[in-house]
Amino acid sequence: MKSLQELAAIRDRMKQTVNTREAAHDTTRVVVGMATCGIAAGARPVLNAFTEEIARRELSGVLVTQTGCIGLCQYEPIVEITMPGQEKVTYVKMTPEKVSRVVAEHLIGGKPVTEFTIGAAAR
Amino acid sequence: MYRSHVMVCGGTGCTSSNSDKIAQAFETEILATGLQDEVKVIRTGCFGLCALGPIVVIYPEGSFYSMVKEENVKEIVDEHLLKGRPVTRLLYDETVAEDNTIKSLDETAFYKKQLRIALRNCGVINPENIDEYIAFDGYAALGKALTEMTPEQVIQTVLDSGLRGRGGAGFPTGLKWKFAAGNQADQKYVCCNADEGDPGAFMDRSILEGDPHVVIEAMAIAAYAIGASQGYVYIRAEYPIAVQRLTIAIKQAREYGLLGKNIFGTDFCFDLDIKLGAGAFVCGEETALMTSIEGKRGEPRPRPPFPAVKGLFAKPTILNNVETYANVPQIILKGADWFASMGTEKSKGTKVFALGGKINNTGLVEIPMGTTLRTIVEEIGGGIPGGKKFKAAQTGGPSGGCIPASLIDTPIDYDNLIAIGSMMGSGGLIVMDEDTCMVDIAKFFLEFTVDESCGKCTPCRVGTKRLLELLTKITDGKGTMEDLDKITELAEFIKANSLCGLGQTAPNPVLSTLRYFRDEYVEHIKNKRCPAGVCKALLNYKIDPVKCKGCTLCARACPAGAITGTVRQPHVIDTAKCVKCGACMEKCKFGAISKG
Repeated sequence: MKSLQELAAIRDRMKQTVNTREAAHDTTRVVVGMATCGIAAGARPVLNAFTEEIARRELSGVLVTQTGCIGLCQYEPIVEITMPGQEKVTYVKMTPEKVSRVVAEHLIGGKPVTEFTIGAAAR
Repeated sequence: MYRSHVMVCGGTGCTSSNSDKIAQAFETEILATGLQDEVKVIRTGCFGLCALGPIVVIYPEGSFYSMVKEENVKEIVDEHLLKGRPVTRLLYDETVAEDNTIKSLDETAFYKKQLRIALRNCGVINPENIDEYIAFDGYAALGKALTEMTPEQVIQTVLDSGLRGRGGAGFPTGLKWKFAAGNQADQKYVCCNADEGDPGAFMDRSILEGDPHVVIEAMAIAAYAIGASQGYVYIRAEYPIAVQRLTIAIKQAREYGLLGKNIFGTDFCFDLDIKLGAGAFVCGEETALMTSIEGKRGEPRPRPPFPAVKGLFAKPTILNNVETYANVPQIILKGADWFASMGTEKSKGTKVFALGGKINNTGLVEIPMGTTLRTIVEEIGGGIPGGKKFKAAQTGGPSGGCIPASLIDTPIDYDNLIAIGSMMGSGGLIVMDEDTCMVDIAKFFLEFTVDESCGKCTPCRVGTKRLLELLTKITDGKGTMEDLDKITELAEFIKANSLCGLGQTAPNPVLSTLRYFRDEYVEHIKNKRCPAGVCKALLNYKIDPVKCKGCTLCARACPAGAITGTVRQPHVIDTAKCVKCGACMEKCKFGAISKG
């Protein structure tokens, strides 16, 4: 170790890994429905796409986690995103392809992708 | 990038209840379900709640699974990891609310009042991965000290923080460093005392198992402060997991250049070696420890000269305890004021205690100095099993004393404990309930010191042995009231004349039980009775002829053939033949047998 910068580089590289273990109140939660209905509809590739996209863009303070069936099986895969101080946004019929837009526009840009939400699907 | 981390406790407590098999089962099961790229299994250090081990914590939810068995693993993987449904049935019940939602660990009675500084990374990081330590600001304090601070500033910061030695005596750490820094020599040494020998103490072991890098970093900081280039960690060979993790950590630190030459591009060079101890209690005493590192028989030597002047290999040396070191990097990073804001006037920061004995939540706790014993026993410790009454707590192991129930509201710090005749010690805290005989406890600790006395000085070698004989006389029912005066006189003599801390503190358990529980000693002597029903020589088992139905169960259970009687007639115990094993009492269905 020859400099503080080297140390900082390792710390930053590892930060995302250990973020998973810090359940802070100001984190954004991406919750993927992973009951039988969700898995059958293809929730696992969606979950993995979120994990990879978030890692690729080096976002911190975002947790990707899972939940069971919320009762809207025909809309699976369902993903709920809760950002601190904001209403929960529910995305339905998600695909790995849709994930990069949600990450870019919602998680980074702060604006939900309305056309993928349950509100749009119900109309 | 893993979305979920399965943290399996790899501390000694959980390992002894097969946590390694559980970790392997998780790995197998995760592979079988194809989750190996999403979920990672990590073996950590101690979580503290050893009573509920083996412990598995799953992130990001932070679900705390307790008493996990191998056969539970498949269900947890299938339900929790695959489908995202934590198995509430297997979670630590305090984390599950009435409406079946999961509460944070910080809301449970065990963790709520704790403050983790020395243990901050235990159970949080993978102790065998230096990168994880760095991710939690590891080695940043060393970097700061080397590049932004002079050795004098480092010492001043530690002095101002009020940090005192966590090994027991409570000497100000900064002062120790200042003395060693002030002595000029071609070579100085930094040593770490990991020879944790008190019965029931496992704080240092847990820190080394859960966060070994913190000790390496702090020793490097200490070396920079006093001008040393070589360090030794003296650790007992009986701690194989700690030794193994520390060995890995030293290797990784060397690979990263955090040990070795020109650390952080400065002139500072420092390297570290492990010295294994054979487990002699006396080697926890500083001069004996250094003699042992030198390769000689571990015996203490007179002080002065103090180690800061003439220590290891006759060079200026500092020796600090594992837990003391574990506080140092945080003090350097967050400042002396931050540390000094916690605790009491003369005892700053926190203290780790190994909670054991008659208590529900056996385990490792870290609390701010000044927390009362009541908080530790009743809230964090979850009270005493079986609804029994709290009688006393022993702090400081064989060097300490007991705190009786009447002093349960004493705020715990160095000076308060000394004032009530005990001492902080390294942090073993053994809780005793009404079934504990205080004379017997004093005898137990004295037996330990008699065994562990190195034999170099007479007051300790002969004195403790004679003291034990006097106690045994009392527990055998042959004591006289004069013996109590003899005990006090001899105890004071041993304290005043022994060469090292072992002998100087050995009579403490006797003196403190005599101070607070004199009536129990008197009861043993005058009435030949042990009120707690522990001392076998004073026990007599009796059969109540009214309650006895003559079922013969007791007579058949008796290994000594001491019970006689005919069927359906009350039986009788022949006290001369009785070996007081209690087997008859366990067997009796009518509660007809009593002891007293």
